[in-house]
Amino acid sequence: MEYNPMELMICVAARNLEDGATVVVGTGAPCAAAMLAQKLYSPNLCIMFEAGGVAPILPTMPISVGDSRTFHKAIMASSMPEVMETCQRGMVDYTFLGGAQIDMYGNINSTMIGDDYEKPKVRFPGSGGANDLASLCWRTMMMTVQDARRFTDKLDFITSPGYLHGGRSRYEAGLPEGTGPYRIITNMAVMGFDDETKWMTVLSINPGYSRKDVQDNCGFELKWAKKIEDTKPPTDDELRILREEVDPHRYIIGR
Amino acid sequence: MAMSVHDSDMREELLSGKNELFTDPDPDHARAFFRNKSRSMKPKLANVKDVVRDMIKDGDYIAIGGFGANRIPTAIIHEIVRQRKKHLGFAGHTSTHDFQVLVAGECIERCDVAYIIGLEARGLSPNARRAVESGKIKLTEWTNASLSWRLKAAAMGISFIPTRNILGTDTFGQSAAKVITCPFTGKKYAAMPALFPDFAAIHVHEADIYGNCRVYGASVSDFDLAKASKRVVITAERIIPHDEIRREPEKTVIPFWCVDAVIEVPYGSYPGNMPYEYFSDEEHLKTWLKVEKDPKELEKFLQEQIYGVDNFYDYLNINGGIEKMKKLRAIEYLINNK
Repeated sequence: MEYNPMELMICVAARNLEDGATVVVGTGAPCAAAMLAQKLYSPNLCIMFEAGGVAPILPTMPISVGDSRTFHKAIMASSMPEVMETCQRGMVDYTFLGGAQIDMYGNINSTMIGDDYEKPKVRFPGSGGANDLASLCWRTMMMTVQDARRFTDKLDFITSPGYLHGGRSRYEAGLPEGTGPYRIITNMAVMGFDDETKWMTVLSINPGYSRKDVQDNCGFELKWAKKIEDTKPPTDDELRILREEVDPHRYIIGR
Repeated sequence: MAMSVHDSDMREELLSGKNELFTDPDPDHARAFFRNKSRSMKPKLANVKDVVRDMIKDGDYIAIGGFGANRIPTAIIHEIVRQRKKHLGFAGHTSTHDFQVLVAGECIERCDVAYIIGLEARGLSPNARRAVESGKIKLTEWTNASLSWRLKAAAMGISFIPTRNILGTDTFGQSAAKVITCPFTGKKYAAMPALFPDFAAIHVHEADIYGNCRVYGASVSDFDLAKASKRVVITAERIIPHDEIRREPEKTVIPFWCVDAVIEVPYGSYPGNMPYEYFSDEEHLKTWLKVEKDPKELEKFLQEQIYGVDNFYDYLNINGGIEKMKKLRAIEYLINNK
């Protein structure tokens, strides 16, 4: 079946969420990925929202991470401290973040563009819970369209921590050991991070793209895994459930 | 050998965010206030106009309950704008429509930020964005967990709480947090200073006339907010008999002694979502984001919706009244009401 880049990214993301895991998501593509995973691969995936919803059965896509849908038929309608403390205690496996900029260590900017904090050229919403989730969940993922302006070697503002300056700098700053960015899923490729240097490393390339495309659309030098896989395209099953059950109104996949 | 703090740790320079702390975290100053706060269980029924006039001074630091456009006390927010309160400090802990209305009314001068400007999946607020980009509003940067833990510290009556977020980032750099070392483990923490707002408005499902409250659905940070704030007004979908509270005490989540005033405001979170009551009015919020693009259009809209109406019910009526609310209830209950 034909598919668009958003559909591909959601399907690839969903494959990373194993049964029995916990994931905190926001609205949009991450929520779609979690819903798809739950319907297809991981019926016992526990989806959490930062305003307090825990393990809802989502009837439709939420508009807000605190709206009624986020705790529809849930096991708990708890609180923000409850969800954040669960992350801090080490009980949350995954989170997904977005942002305007990302660097080679997986640091993310969702606060501002410009060099003057008091008078930014462009102000974005700010961290919300993004910094908390990136600091406290075990594995952080990102789904984004890849271009050289977004994938930059110098963020205007580090909103949410990746591996900070690489190596052990993340843990030396005081963030919990073993946490950090895990996968960056773009329209062109899937990236992970080198164990030692924590530098962004290409793991697989999506159908229709070349190594050159991936590097040309990145503002810093990428590392390459020893064996580069071909990203598996969305299966018919994935596309059908995504289109018919997860996002029938094409709120996300129609973008 | 007894455990000792490493000398190097003692010498280590205390890392600190460089922005301003807008509120006093001293728990003894808060205790001095709370010593004189009434604990008598007396009727506290009030009205929106008087509460906003009497309980908020220009320059106060305020906080709003709920999350984004969910379970927000719209009547109080509009009245703050209508009475043209100025120079307010604000806790921007995933604040969307509440913050944006207050910015449109030019009420806010300084803001602790976790998430502002955005209206979540609906897009960004052009007017709030202009206000922040022009430097008109002084900001200190935090996160949702940071602000909820700052309220928790205040609710506990202590001056800070150690946490493991924001370390190593510009979010920390532009905050007013500090890095501290744990005396037991030597681990680094961010110290989140207690946040004691002067005033908080929280919208709940049910309250009695004394201010004992029930909230259904996700509670966000509101239980700590009610304890942390010096003055608290509750707007409620329904006033319920005190006997109801005593019949099921486990449902009480905010006790009367936190509360200074109680106002019955049915549909009080409109145009926001109220769990198990009504969904958000997405058309209205879309219009809001559209008129915000042009300052003249926004002024006209504010005149028509807030300044030019007497109260929240007039506002509800010009936006479709009970008929609209029935539609929003059908959406909330997933009723296919064609």
